[in-house]
Amino acid sequence: MKKEFKVIAELLPKNVRVLDVGCGDGSLMDLLIKEKNIEARGLEIKEEYVKKCIYKGLSVIEGNAETELHQFPDQSFDYVVLSQTLQAFYNPEKVLKELLRVGKSAIVSIPNFGYWKVRTSLLIFGKMPMTKTLPYNWHNTPNLHMCTIKDMFNFCNEKNIKMDKILGINEDKTSQIKRSNLEIKNLFSKIGIFLLS
Amino acid sequence: MTNIKKLNISKSLLLDCKQTIKDFPLAYETYGKLNENKDNAILVFHALTGDQFVTGLNPITKKEGWWATAVGPGKAIDTNKYFVICANVIGGCMGSWGPKEIDRKTDEPYGLNFPVITIRDIVKSQETLLEYLGIKKLLCVTGGSMGGMQSLQFCATFPNRTFSAMPIACSTSHSAQNIALNELARQAVMADPVWDKGKYIKKNTQPKNGLAVARMVGHISYLSEKGMQEKFGRKLQERGDYDFSFNADFQVESYLRHQGFAFVERFDANSILYITRAMDYFDLSKQFKGGLTEAFKNQKTKFLVISFSSDWLYTTKENKETVIALNAAGADVSFAEIKTDKGHDSFLVNEPEFLKTIKGFIDSMHIKFKNEKRI
Repeated sequence: MKKEFKVIAELLPKNVRVLDVGCGDGSLMDLLIKEKNIEARGLEIKEEYVKKCIYKGLSVIEGNAETELHQFPDQSFDYVVLSQTLQAFYNPEKVLKELLRVGKSAIVSIPNFGYWKVRTSLLIFGKMPMTKTLPYNWHNTPNLHMCTIKDMFNFCNEKNIKMDKILGINEDKTSQIKRSNLEIKNLFSKIGIFLLS
Repeated sequence: MTNIKKLNISKSLLLDCKQTIKDFPLAYETYGKLNENKDNAILVFHALTGDQFVTGLNPITKKEGWWATAVGPGKAIDTNKYFVICANVIGGCMGSWGPKEIDRKTDEPYGLNFPVITIRDIVKSQETLLEYLGIKKLLCVTGGSMGGMQSLQFCATFPNRTFSAMPIACSTSHSAQNIALNELARQAVMADPVWDKGKYIKKNTQPKNGLAVARMVGHISYLSEKGMQEKFGRKLQERGDYDFSFNADFQVESYLRHQGFAFVERFDANSILYITRAMDYFDLSKQFKGGLTEAFKNQKTKFLVISFSSDWLYTTKENKETVIALNAAGADVSFAEIKTDKGHDSFLVNEPEFLKTIKGFIDSMHIKFKNEKRI
Protein backbone atom coordinates (compact mmCIF):
# COMPACT_ATOMS: atom_id res chain seq x y z
CA MET A 1 0.00 0.00 0.00
CA LYS A 2 1.30 3.40 -0.98
CA LYS A 3 2.21 5.68 1.91
CA GLU A 4 0.24 8.42 0.19
CA PHE A 5 -2.99 6.40 0.34
CA LYS A 6 -2.56 5.83 4.07
CA VAL A 7 -2.12 9.57 4.57
CA ILE A 8 -5.23 10.30 2.50
CA ALA A 9 -7.21 7.70 4.47
CA GLU A 10 -6.11 9.34 7.73
CA LEU A 11 -7.27 12.72 6.47
CA LEU A 12 -10.79 11.42 5.84
CA PRO A 13 -13.47 11.02 8.52
CA LYS A 14 -15.47 7.79 8.80
CA ASN A 15 -18.75 7.05 6.99
CA VAL A 16 -18.48 9.81 4.38
CA ARG A 17 -19.10 9.71 0.61
CA VAL A 18 -15.94 9.88 -1.47
CA LEU A 19 -15.35 10.09 -5.22
CA ASP A 20 -11.89 8.87 -6.24
CA VAL A 21 -11.05 10.55 -9.54
CA GLY A 22 -8.54 8.46 -11.48
CA CYS A 23 -9.05 5.57 -9.07
CA GLY A 24 -6.74 3.16 -10.91
CA ASP A 25 -7.18 -0.44 -9.78
CA GLY A 26 -9.24 0.68 -6.78
CA SER A 27 -6.57 0.19 -4.04
CA LEU A 28 -7.46 3.47 -2.34
CA MET A 29 -11.20 2.81 -2.54
CA ASP A 30 -10.65 -0.64 -1.05
CA LEU A 31 -8.70 0.87 1.84
CA LEU A 32 -11.31 3.58 2.48
CA ILE A 33 -14.19 1.09 2.49
CA LYS A 34 -12.44 -1.36 4.81
CA GLU A 35 -10.86 1.06 7.27
CA LYS A 36 -13.28 3.97 7.29
CA ASN A 37 -16.57 2.47 6.17
CA ILE A 38 -16.56 5.08 3.44
CA GLU A 39 -19.01 4.96 0.54
CA ALA A 40 -16.49 5.11 -2.29
CA ARG A 41 -17.02 5.60 -6.02
CA GLY A 42 -14.39 5.80 -8.72
CA LEU A 43 -13.87 7.44 -12.09
CA GLU A 44 -11.19 5.85 -14.26
CA ILE A 45 -10.18 6.29 -17.89
CA LYS A 46 -8.28 3.01 -18.40
CA GLU A 47 -10.48 0.08 -19.40
CA GLU A 48 -8.27 -2.54 -17.74
CA TYR A 49 -8.35 -0.71 -14.40
CA VAL A 50 -12.12 -0.27 -14.67
CA LYS A 51 -12.50 -4.03 -15.04
CA LYS A 52 -10.18 -4.70 -12.10
CA CYS A 53 -12.39 -2.50 -9.93
CA ILE A 54 -15.53 -4.26 -11.16
CA TYR A 55 -14.05 -7.69 -10.35
CA LYS A 56 -13.41 -6.43 -6.81
CA GLY A 57 -17.03 -5.31 -6.52
CA LEU A 58 -16.05 -1.64 -6.43
CA SER A 59 -18.25 0.99 -8.07
CA VAL A 60 -16.40 2.61 -10.91
CA ILE A 61 -17.35 4.62 -13.97
CA GLU A 62 -15.24 4.45 -17.09
CA GLY A 63 -14.67 7.98 -18.23
CA ASN A 64 -12.38 10.96 -18.64
CA ALA A 65 -12.13 13.27 -15.63
CA GLU A 66 -11.24 16.19 -17.88
CA THR A 67 -14.58 16.04 -19.69
CA GLU A 68 -16.93 13.87 -17.66
CA LEU A 69 -17.04 15.21 -14.12
CA HIS A 70 -20.11 17.20 -15.19
CA GLN A 71 -22.22 14.04 -14.77
CA PHE A 72 -21.96 14.30 -11.00
CA PRO A 73 -24.39 16.69 -9.30
CA ASP A 74 -23.20 19.67 -7.21
CA GLN A 75 -21.87 18.74 -3.78
CA SER A 76 -22.89 15.11 -4.27
CA PHE A 77 -19.80 13.86 -2.43
CA ASP A 78 -18.31 14.87 0.90
CA TYR A 79 -14.82 14.53 -0.53
CA VAL A 80 -13.37 14.18 -4.00
CA VAL A 81 -9.88 12.69 -4.18
CA LEU A 82 -7.45 13.30 -7.03
CA SER A 83 -4.19 11.47 -6.56
CA GLN A 84 -1.18 12.68 -8.57
CA THR A 85 -3.15 13.42 -11.71
CA LEU A 86 -3.82 17.16 -11.67
CA GLN A 87 -0.62 17.82 -13.62
CA ALA A 88 -1.77 15.51 -16.44
CA PHE A 89 -4.86 17.50 -17.43
CA TYR A 90 -5.02 19.97 -20.30
CA ASN A 91 -6.77 22.42 -18.03
CA PRO A 92 -5.96 21.77 -14.36
CA GLU A 93 -7.79 24.90 -13.23
CA LYS A 94 -11.06 23.75 -14.78
CA VAL A 95 -10.69 20.28 -13.27
CA LEU A 96 -9.94 21.72 -9.83
CA LYS A 97 -13.08 23.84 -10.02
CA GLU A 98 -15.09 20.77 -11.01
CA LEU A 99 -13.68 18.82 -8.07
CA LEU A 100 -14.81 21.53 -5.69
CA ARG A 101 -18.23 21.68 -7.31
CA VAL A 102 -18.83 17.92 -7.03
CA GLY A 103 -17.28 17.60 -3.58
CA LYS A 104 -17.74 19.67 -0.46
CA SER A 105 -13.98 19.27 -0.08
CA ALA A 106 -11.22 17.98 -2.31
CA ILE A 107 -8.00 16.15 -1.55
CA VAL A 108 -5.47 16.77 -4.28
CA SER A 109 -2.00 15.29 -4.26
CA ILE A 110 0.81 16.31 -6.60
CA PRO A 111 4.26 14.93 -7.37
CA ASN A 112 6.45 17.81 -6.19
CA PHE A 113 8.67 19.20 -8.95
CA GLY A 114 10.41 21.25 -6.30
CA TYR A 115 11.83 18.16 -4.54
CA TRP A 116 15.61 18.46 -4.24
CA LYS A 117 16.38 15.37 -6.32
CA VAL A 118 14.28 16.77 -9.14
CA ARG A 119 16.02 20.11 -8.88
CA THR A 120 19.52 18.61 -8.84
CA SER A 121 18.76 16.36 -11.79
CA LEU A 122 18.13 19.40 -13.92
CA LEU A 123 20.82 21.54 -12.28
CA ILE A 124 23.68 19.03 -12.17
CA PHE A 125 22.93 16.65 -15.01
CA GLY A 126 21.06 19.05 -17.26
CA LYS A 127 18.42 16.40 -17.93
CA MET A 128 14.69 16.26 -17.39
CA PRO A 129 14.24 14.56 -14.03
CA MET A 130 13.20 10.93 -13.72
CA THR A 131 12.34 9.77 -10.20
CA LYS A 132 10.07 7.23 -8.54
CA THR A 133 7.17 9.66 -8.55
CA LEU A 134 8.10 11.00 -12.00
CA PRO A 135 9.10 7.85 -13.89
CA TYR A 136 8.65 9.16 -17.44
CA ASN A 137 10.89 10.47 -20.19
CA TRP A 138 10.34 14.01 -21.44
CA HIS A 139 8.79 12.69 -24.66
CA ASN A 140 6.33 10.20 -23.22
CA THR A 141 5.27 11.84 -19.99
CA PRO A 142 1.54 12.36 -19.48
CA ASN A 143 2.44 15.20 -17.13
CA LEU A 144 1.68 18.34 -19.08
CA HIS A 145 1.65 20.81 -16.19
CA MET A 146 4.34 19.95 -13.65
CA CYS A 147 4.30 22.12 -10.59
CA THR A 148 5.87 22.44 -7.17
CA ILE A 149 4.17 22.53 -3.79
CA LYS A 150 4.91 26.25 -3.76
CA ASP A 151 3.28 26.73 -7.18
CA MET A 152 0.17 24.94 -6.00
CA PHE A 153 0.13 26.98 -2.79
CA ASN A 154 0.34 30.25 -4.73
CA PHE A 155 -2.23 29.06 -7.26
CA CYS A 156 -4.80 28.24 -4.57
CA ASN A 157 -4.22 31.62 -2.94
CA GLU A 158 -4.65 33.39 -6.24
CA LYS A 159 -7.89 31.54 -7.02
CA ASN A 160 -9.28 31.95 -3.51
CA ILE A 161 -9.32 28.22 -2.91
CA LYS A 162 -9.24 27.53 0.81
CA MET A 163 -6.37 25.29 1.92
CA ASP A 164 -7.57 23.53 5.07
CA LYS A 165 -4.45 21.43 5.38
CA ILE A 166 -1.26 20.79 3.42
CA LEU A 167 0.90 17.74 4.02
CA GLY A 168 4.28 16.84 2.59
CA ILE A 169 5.46 13.25 2.25
CA ASN A 170 9.12 12.31 2.16
CA GLU A 171 9.78 8.58 2.33
CA ASP A 172 8.08 7.47 5.57
CA LYS A 173 7.70 10.92 7.07
CA THR A 174 4.64 13.08 6.78
CA SER A 175 4.72 16.68 7.91
CA GLN A 176 2.38 19.61 7.92
CA ILE A 177 3.17 22.46 5.57
CA LYS A 178 2.44 26.09 6.42
CA ARG A 179 3.40 29.40 4.92
CA SER A 180 6.28 29.60 7.43
CA ASN A 181 7.97 26.33 6.39
CA LEU A 182 6.89 26.33 2.75
CA GLU A 183 10.39 26.89 1.27
CA ILE A 184 12.02 24.04 3.17
CA LYS A 185 9.12 21.59 2.78
CA ASN A 186 9.00 22.39 -0.92
CA LEU A 187 12.59 21.20 -1.11
CA PHE A 188 12.24 18.04 0.95
CA SER A 189 8.76 16.67 0.09
CA LYS A 190 8.30 14.16 -2.72
CA ILE A 191 4.58 14.53 -2.69
CA GLY A 192 2.30 17.34 -1.58
CA ILE A 193 -1.24 16.65 -0.37
CA PHE A 194 -3.72 19.51 -0.30
CA LEU A 195 -7.03 19.43 1.52
CA LEU A 196 -9.10 22.09 -0.26
CA SER A 197 -12.55 23.53 0.08
CA MET B 1 -45.45 -27.23 -27.29
CA THR B 2 -45.17 -29.71 -24.50
CA ASN B 3 -41.72 -28.66 -23.30
CA ILE B 4 -42.86 -25.23 -22.23
CA LYS B 5 -43.28 -24.43 -18.55
CA LYS B 6 -46.20 -22.10 -18.05
CA LEU B 7 -47.48 -20.19 -15.08
CA ASN B 8 -51.08 -19.09 -15.18
CA ILE B 9 -51.17 -15.57 -13.78
CA SER B 10 -54.47 -15.27 -11.97
CA LYS B 11 -53.89 -11.90 -10.34
CA SER B 12 -55.18 -9.03 -12.42
CA LEU B 13 -52.78 -6.68 -14.13
CA LEU B 14 -53.69 -3.16 -15.23
CA LEU B 15 -51.90 -2.51 -18.51
CA ASP B 16 -50.60 0.92 -19.49
CA CYS B 17 -53.30 1.05 -22.19
CA LYS B 18 -55.81 0.87 -19.28
CA GLN B 19 -57.02 -2.63 -20.08
CA THR B 20 -57.02 -5.07 -17.18
CA ILE B 21 -55.98 -8.61 -17.82
CA LYS B 22 -56.00 -11.73 -15.69
CA ASP B 23 -55.68 -15.48 -16.04
CA PHE B 24 -53.07 -15.33 -18.73
CA PRO B 25 -50.10 -17.65 -19.33
CA LEU B 26 -46.47 -16.72 -18.75
CA ALA B 27 -44.01 -19.19 -20.22
CA TYR B 28 -40.65 -19.44 -18.48
CA GLU B 29 -37.57 -21.56 -18.00
CA THR B 30 -35.07 -21.90 -15.16
CA TYR B 31 -31.48 -23.15 -15.04
CA GLY B 32 -29.47 -24.25 -12.01
CA LYS B 33 -30.87 -24.50 -8.50
CA LEU B 34 -32.15 -21.91 -6.07
CA ASN B 35 -29.96 -22.33 -2.97
CA GLU B 36 -31.24 -22.50 0.59
CA ASN B 37 -30.45 -18.85 1.37
CA LYS B 38 -32.13 -17.81 -1.86
CA ASP B 39 -29.24 -15.47 -2.63
CA ASN B 40 -28.32 -16.82 -6.07
CA ALA B 41 -31.31 -15.97 -8.28
CA ILE B 42 -30.70 -14.04 -11.48
CA LEU B 43 -33.57 -12.84 -13.64
CA VAL B 44 -32.55 -12.61 -17.29
CA PHE B 45 -34.68 -10.59 -19.69
CA HIS B 46 -34.61 -11.50 -23.36
CA ALA B 47 -34.36 -9.12 -26.30
CA LEU B 48 -36.81 -8.48 -29.16
CA THR B 49 -36.63 -11.88 -30.85
CA GLY B 50 -35.43 -13.95 -27.90
CA ASP B 51 -37.36 -16.32 -25.70
CA GLN B 52 -37.15 -18.04 -22.32
CA PHE B 53 -34.66 -20.64 -23.58
CA VAL B 54 -31.49 -18.84 -22.51
CA THR B 55 -29.06 -21.73 -22.79
CA GLY B 56 -28.82 -25.42 -23.58
CA LEU B 57 -30.95 -26.81 -26.38
CA ASN B 58 -34.03 -24.82 -27.25
CA PRO B 59 -36.67 -27.59 -27.38
CA ILE B 60 -38.73 -25.78 -29.99
CA THR B 61 -36.11 -24.58 -32.46
CA LYS B 62 -33.66 -27.43 -31.65
CA LYS B 63 -30.91 -24.83 -31.64
CA GLU B 64 -28.68 -23.57 -28.86
CA GLY B 65 -30.26 -21.04 -26.48
CA TRP B 66 -29.78 -17.36 -27.39
CA TRP B 67 -27.34 -16.60 -24.54
CA ALA B 68 -25.47 -19.89 -24.40
CA THR B 69 -22.20 -17.94 -24.79
CA ALA B 70 -22.72 -16.30 -21.41
CA VAL B 71 -25.03 -18.56 -19.41
CA GLY B 72 -24.59 -22.24 -18.55
CA PRO B 73 -22.51 -24.61 -16.45
CA GLY B 74 -19.01 -23.11 -16.07
CA LYS B 75 -19.94 -20.07 -18.17
CA ALA B 76 -19.69 -16.39 -17.15
CA ILE B 77 -23.11 -16.67 -15.51
CA ASP B 78 -22.45 -20.11 -14.07
CA THR B 79 -25.59 -22.19 -13.65
CA ASN B 80 -23.68 -24.55 -11.33
CA LYS B 81 -23.67 -21.63 -8.95
CA TYR B 82 -26.60 -19.43 -9.90
CA PHE B 83 -30.30 -19.96 -10.42
CA VAL B 84 -31.17 -18.32 -13.73
CA ILE B 85 -34.76 -17.47 -14.57
CA CYS B 86 -36.10 -16.20 -17.87
CA ALA B 87 -39.68 -15.64 -19.01
CA ASN B 88 -41.04 -15.16 -22.49
CA VAL B 89 -42.33 -11.58 -22.71
CA ILE B 90 -46.06 -11.06 -22.97
CA GLY B 91 -46.76 -10.13 -26.57
CA GLY B 92 -44.24 -12.78 -27.57
CA CYS B 93 -44.84 -16.10 -29.25
CA MET B 94 -43.09 -18.78 -27.21
CA GLY B 95 -45.99 -19.70 -24.96
CA SER B 96 -46.64 -16.45 -23.09
CA TRP B 97 -49.81 -14.45 -23.61
CA GLY B 98 -49.43 -12.97 -27.09
CA PRO B 99 -51.27 -12.11 -30.30
CA LYS B 100 -51.27 -15.70 -31.56
CA GLU B 101 -52.95 -17.03 -28.40
CA ILE B 102 -56.69 -17.70 -28.36
CA ASP B 103 -58.93 -14.88 -27.17
CA ARG B 104 -61.48 -16.52 -24.89
CA LYS B 105 -64.10 -13.97 -25.87
CA THR B 106 -64.04 -14.93 -29.54
CA ASP B 107 -62.39 -18.35 -29.46
CA GLU B 108 -60.06 -17.08 -32.14
CA PRO B 109 -56.45 -15.92 -32.04
CA TYR B 110 -56.15 -12.29 -30.91
CA GLY B 111 -54.30 -10.93 -33.92
CA LEU B 112 -54.67 -7.15 -33.78
CA ASN B 113 -57.27 -7.45 -31.00
CA PHE B 114 -54.34 -8.01 -28.68
CA PRO B 115 -53.79 -4.87 -26.58
CA VAL B 116 -50.73 -2.71 -27.21
CA ILE B 117 -48.37 -3.57 -24.35
CA THR B 118 -45.40 -1.73 -22.88
CA ILE B 119 -42.06 -2.64 -21.35
CA ARG B 120 -43.59 -1.85 -17.95
CA ASP B 121 -46.46 -4.31 -18.60
CA ILE B 122 -43.90 -6.94 -19.62
CA VAL B 123 -41.88 -6.44 -16.45
CA LYS B 124 -44.90 -6.31 -14.13
CA SER B 125 -46.14 -9.64 -15.45
CA GLN B 126 -42.78 -11.21 -14.66
CA GLU B 127 -42.74 -10.09 -11.06
CA THR B 128 -45.56 -12.53 -10.40
CA LEU B 129 -43.21 -15.30 -11.45
CA LEU B 130 -40.80 -14.30 -8.67
CA GLU B 131 -43.60 -14.55 -6.13
CA TYR B 132 -44.42 -17.99 -7.47
CA LEU B 133 -40.79 -19.10 -7.20
CA GLY B 134 -40.59 -17.70 -3.67
CA ILE B 135 -37.84 -15.15 -4.38
CA LYS B 136 -38.04 -11.96 -2.34
CA LYS B 137 -34.84 -10.39 -3.54
CA LEU B 138 -32.86 -11.25 -6.64
CA LEU B 139 -29.09 -11.28 -6.83
CA CYS B 140 -29.18 -9.61 -10.23
CA VAL B 141 -31.40 -8.63 -13.13
CA THR B 142 -29.78 -8.43 -16.53
CA GLY B 143 -30.31 -8.47 -20.24
CA GLY B 144 -29.09 -6.84 -23.42
CA SER B 145 -30.93 -4.44 -25.72
CA MET B 146 -34.65 -4.74 -24.89
CA GLY B 147 -33.56 -7.02 -22.05
CA GLY B 148 -31.52 -4.10 -20.69
CA MET B 149 -34.55 -1.82 -20.87
CA GLN B 150 -36.53 -4.36 -18.89
CA SER B 151 -33.73 -4.45 -16.29
CA LEU B 152 -33.95 -0.67 -15.86
CA GLN B 153 -37.74 -0.79 -15.80
CA PHE B 154 -37.67 -3.54 -13.19
CA CYS B 155 -35.47 -1.45 -10.87
CA ALA B 156 -37.64 1.63 -11.35
CA THR B 157 -40.93 -0.21 -10.79
CA PHE B 158 -39.77 -2.55 -8.02
CA PRO B 159 -37.07 -0.62 -6.13
CA ASN B 160 -34.65 -2.75 -4.14
CA ARG B 161 -36.22 -6.01 -5.34
CA THR B 162 -32.79 -6.87 -6.72
CA PHE B 163 -29.36 -6.53 -5.13
CA SER B 164 -27.72 -5.64 -8.43
CA ALA B 165 -28.62 -4.86 -12.02
CA MET B 166 -26.65 -5.12 -15.22
CA PRO B 167 -28.38 -3.34 -18.13
CA ILE B 168 -26.39 -4.04 -21.31
CA ALA B 169 -26.37 -2.06 -24.58
CA CYS B 170 -29.63 -0.21 -24.02
CA SER B 171 -31.10 3.17 -23.18
CA THR B 172 -33.79 4.72 -20.99
CA SER B 173 -35.84 5.66 -24.04
CA HIS B 174 -35.93 4.81 -27.72
CA SER B 175 -34.24 7.36 -29.98
CA ALA B 176 -35.74 8.60 -33.25
CA GLN B 177 -33.36 6.27 -35.10
CA ASN B 178 -34.46 3.28 -32.98
CA ILE B 179 -38.12 4.07 -33.67
CA ALA B 180 -37.43 4.59 -37.38
CA LEU B 181 -35.76 1.19 -37.72
CA ASN B 182 -38.62 -0.49 -35.87
CA GLU B 183 -41.11 1.27 -38.10
CA LEU B 184 -39.25 -0.08 -41.12
CA ALA B 185 -39.64 -3.59 -39.71
CA ARG B 186 -43.34 -3.09 -39.01
CA GLN B 187 -44.01 -1.61 -42.43
CA ALA B 188 -42.27 -4.56 -44.06
CA VAL B 189 -44.64 -6.94 -42.25
CA MET B 190 -47.71 -4.87 -42.95
CA ALA B 191 -46.85 -4.42 -46.63
CA ASP B 192 -46.97 -8.19 -47.12
CA PRO B 193 -50.49 -8.98 -48.48
CA VAL B 194 -50.51 -12.23 -46.50
CA TRP B 195 -50.43 -10.20 -43.30
CA ASP B 196 -54.05 -9.10 -43.93
CA LYS B 197 -54.31 -6.78 -40.92
CA GLY B 198 -52.99 -9.50 -38.67
CA LYS B 199 -55.67 -12.00 -39.61
CA TYR B 200 -53.25 -14.42 -41.33
CA ILE B 201 -53.08 -16.34 -38.08
CA LYS B 202 -56.65 -17.62 -38.50
CA LYS B 203 -55.70 -19.01 -41.91
CA ASN B 204 -52.73 -20.76 -40.33
CA THR B 205 -50.24 -18.94 -42.52
CA GLN B 206 -47.55 -16.28 -42.01
CA PRO B 207 -46.45 -13.16 -43.96
CA LYS B 208 -43.05 -14.71 -44.52
CA ASN B 209 -41.67 -12.21 -47.02
CA GLY B 210 -42.51 -9.20 -44.93
CA LEU B 211 -41.30 -10.76 -41.70
CA ALA B 212 -38.04 -11.84 -43.34
CA VAL B 213 -37.37 -8.27 -44.51
CA ALA B 214 -38.13 -7.03 -40.98
CA ARG B 215 -35.53 -9.44 -39.64
CA MET B 216 -32.98 -8.34 -42.26
CA VAL B 217 -33.34 -4.74 -41.09
CA GLY B 218 -32.61 -5.94 -37.59
CA HIS B 219 -29.54 -7.90 -38.61
CA ILE B 220 -28.03 -4.90 -40.38
CA SER B 221 -28.47 -2.81 -37.25
CA TYR B 222 -26.90 -5.46 -35.00
CA LEU B 223 -23.55 -5.41 -36.82
CA SER B 224 -21.03 -2.60 -37.01
CA GLU B 225 -19.93 -1.17 -40.32
CA LYS B 226 -16.42 -2.48 -39.74
CA GLY B 227 -17.60 -5.87 -38.54
CA MET B 228 -19.79 -6.29 -41.60
CA GLN B 229 -17.02 -5.22 -43.96
CA GLU B 230 -14.58 -7.66 -42.37
CA LYS B 231 -17.05 -10.52 -42.37
CA PHE B 232 -18.41 -10.10 -45.89
CA GLY B 233 -16.65 -7.32 -47.77
CA ARG B 234 -17.62 -7.71 -51.42
CA LYS B 235 -17.19 -11.47 -51.34
CA LEU B 236 -19.42 -13.36 -53.76
CA GLN B 237 -21.59 -16.27 -52.71
CA GLU B 238 -20.44 -19.55 -54.28
CA ARG B 239 -19.72 -18.02 -57.67
CA GLY B 240 -16.75 -16.60 -59.51
CA ASP B 241 -18.45 -13.57 -61.00
CA TYR B 242 -21.65 -11.58 -60.97
CA ASP B 243 -24.77 -13.39 -62.09
CA PHE B 244 -26.21 -10.31 -63.78
CA SER B 245 -29.44 -11.04 -61.95
CA PHE B 246 -31.07 -10.24 -58.64
CA ASN B 247 -30.02 -13.49 -57.02
CA ALA B 248 -27.96 -13.29 -53.84
CA ASP B 249 -24.64 -12.64 -55.60
CA PHE B 250 -22.96 -11.18 -52.55
CA GLN B 251 -22.33 -13.09 -49.35
CA VAL B 252 -23.92 -10.33 -47.35
CA GLU B 253 -27.14 -10.73 -49.34
CA SER B 254 -27.11 -14.45 -48.86
CA TYR B 255 -26.51 -13.98 -45.12
CA LEU B 256 -29.44 -11.59 -44.76
CA ARG B 257 -31.77 -13.82 -46.76
CA HIS B 258 -30.78 -16.82 -44.71
CA GLN B 259 -31.29 -14.98 -41.42
CA GLY B 260 -34.59 -13.57 -42.64
CA PHE B 261 -36.12 -16.81 -43.79
CA ALA B 262 -34.81 -18.89 -40.88
CA PHE B 263 -36.49 -16.41 -38.58
CA VAL B 264 -40.00 -16.77 -40.02
CA GLU B 265 -39.99 -20.42 -38.98
CA ARG B 266 -39.78 -19.56 -35.32
CA PHE B 267 -41.42 -16.17 -34.89
CA ASP B 268 -44.86 -14.68 -35.23
CA ALA B 269 -45.23 -11.57 -37.40
CA ASN B 270 -47.80 -9.91 -35.12
CA SER B 271 -45.46 -10.40 -32.17
CA ILE B 272 -42.82 -8.34 -33.98
CA LEU B 273 -45.34 -5.51 -34.32
CA TYR B 274 -46.32 -5.61 -30.66
CA ILE B 275 -42.86 -5.99 -29.19
CA THR B 276 -41.24 -3.30 -31.36
CA ARG B 277 -44.10 -1.01 -30.33
CA ALA B 278 -43.41 -1.72 -26.66
CA MET B 279 -39.77 -0.76 -27.25
CA ASP B 280 -40.73 2.46 -29.04
CA TYR B 281 -43.09 3.50 -26.27
CA PHE B 282 -40.35 2.93 -23.70
CA ASP B 283 -39.40 6.21 -22.03
CA LEU B 284 -38.57 5.81 -18.38
CA SER B 285 -38.42 9.57 -17.79
CA LYS B 286 -42.09 9.90 -18.80
CA GLN B 287 -43.22 7.51 -16.09
CA PHE B 288 -42.05 9.70 -13.21
CA LYS B 289 -42.92 13.29 -12.49
CA GLY B 290 -39.35 14.19 -11.63
CA GLY B 291 -38.02 12.44 -14.74
CA LEU B 292 -35.22 9.92 -14.71
CA THR B 293 -33.74 11.10 -11.43
CA GLU B 294 -37.01 10.28 -9.75
CA ALA B 295 -37.11 6.86 -11.45
CA PHE B 296 -33.91 5.83 -9.71
CA LYS B 297 -34.30 7.65 -6.41
CA ASN B 298 -33.68 5.74 -3.18
CA GLN B 299 -32.15 2.83 -5.04
CA LYS B 300 -29.82 0.60 -3.08
CA THR B 301 -29.37 -1.61 -6.13
CA LYS B 302 -25.82 -1.74 -7.48
CA PHE B 303 -25.81 -1.05 -11.20
CA LEU B 304 -23.31 -1.96 -13.88
CA VAL B 305 -24.10 -0.37 -17.24
CA ILE B 306 -22.21 -1.92 -20.17
CA SER B 307 -21.92 -0.53 -23.70
CA PHE B 308 -20.04 -1.66 -26.81
CA SER B 309 -17.82 0.79 -28.66
CA SER B 310 -19.10 -0.18 -32.14
CA ASP B 311 -22.81 -0.40 -31.24
CA TRP B 312 -24.66 2.22 -33.28
CA LEU B 313 -28.13 1.07 -32.25
CA TYR B 314 -27.68 1.84 -28.55
CA THR B 315 -24.52 3.90 -28.52
CA THR B 316 -22.05 4.39 -25.68
CA LYS B 317 -23.36 7.95 -25.45
CA GLU B 318 -26.90 6.71 -24.79
CA ASN B 319 -25.69 4.18 -22.23
CA LYS B 320 -23.72 6.94 -20.53
CA GLU B 321 -26.90 8.98 -20.28
CA THR B 322 -28.35 6.17 -18.19
CA VAL B 323 -25.24 6.36 -16.00
CA ILE B 324 -25.63 10.13 -15.64
CA ALA B 325 -29.27 9.70 -14.60
CA LEU B 326 -28.32 7.07 -12.04
CA ASN B 327 -25.55 9.31 -10.72
CA ALA B 328 -27.89 12.27 -10.48
CA ALA B 329 -30.21 10.11 -8.38
CA GLY B 330 -27.31 9.17 -6.13
CA ALA B 331 -27.49 5.50 -7.16
CA ASP B 332 -24.53 3.15 -6.93
CA VAL B 333 -23.46 2.78 -10.54
CA SER B 334 -20.53 1.41 -12.47
CA PHE B 335 -19.98 1.77 -16.18
CA ALA B 336 -17.74 -0.04 -18.65
CA GLU B 337 -17.43 0.28 -22.40
CA ILE B 338 -16.24 -2.88 -24.12
CA LYS B 339 -13.98 -2.12 -27.09
CA THR B 340 -15.12 -4.37 -29.92
CA ASP B 341 -15.98 -4.38 -33.64
CA LYS B 342 -18.90 -6.72 -33.14
CA GLY B 343 -21.56 -4.03 -32.87
CA HIS B 344 -24.82 -4.35 -30.96
CA ASP B 345 -24.62 -8.14 -31.28
CA SER B 346 -21.54 -8.17 -29.01
CA PHE B 347 -23.51 -9.33 -25.98
CA LEU B 348 -24.69 -12.44 -27.83
CA VAL B 349 -21.41 -13.58 -29.34
CA ASN B 350 -18.20 -14.82 -27.82
CA GLU B 351 -16.60 -11.54 -26.75
CA PRO B 352 -14.08 -12.53 -24.06
CA GLU B 353 -13.66 -9.06 -22.49
CA PHE B 354 -17.40 -8.73 -22.12
CA LEU B 355 -17.83 -12.20 -20.64
CA LYS B 356 -15.00 -11.58 -18.14
CA THR B 357 -16.62 -8.32 -17.09
CA ILE B 358 -20.07 -9.79 -16.43
CA LYS B 359 -18.55 -12.75 -14.59
CA GLY B 360 -16.44 -10.42 -12.43
CA PHE B 361 -19.45 -8.28 -11.60
CA ILE B 362 -21.88 -11.07 -10.77
CA ASP B 363 -19.37 -13.06 -8.70
CA SER B 364 -18.39 -10.00 -6.66
CA MET B 365 -22.04 -9.01 -6.21
CA HIS B 366 -22.83 -12.51 -4.98
CA ILE B 367 -20.19 -12.20 -2.25
CA LYS B 368 -21.61 -8.83 -1.20
CA PHE B 369 -25.19 -10.05 -1.29
CA LYS B 370 -24.32 -13.06 0.88
CA ASN B 371 -22.67 -10.72 3.41
CA GLU B 372 -25.69 -8.44 3.40
CA LYS B 373 -27.99 -11.38 4.04
CA ARG B 374 -25.80 -12.56 6.91
CA ILE B 375 -26.13 -9.17 8.62
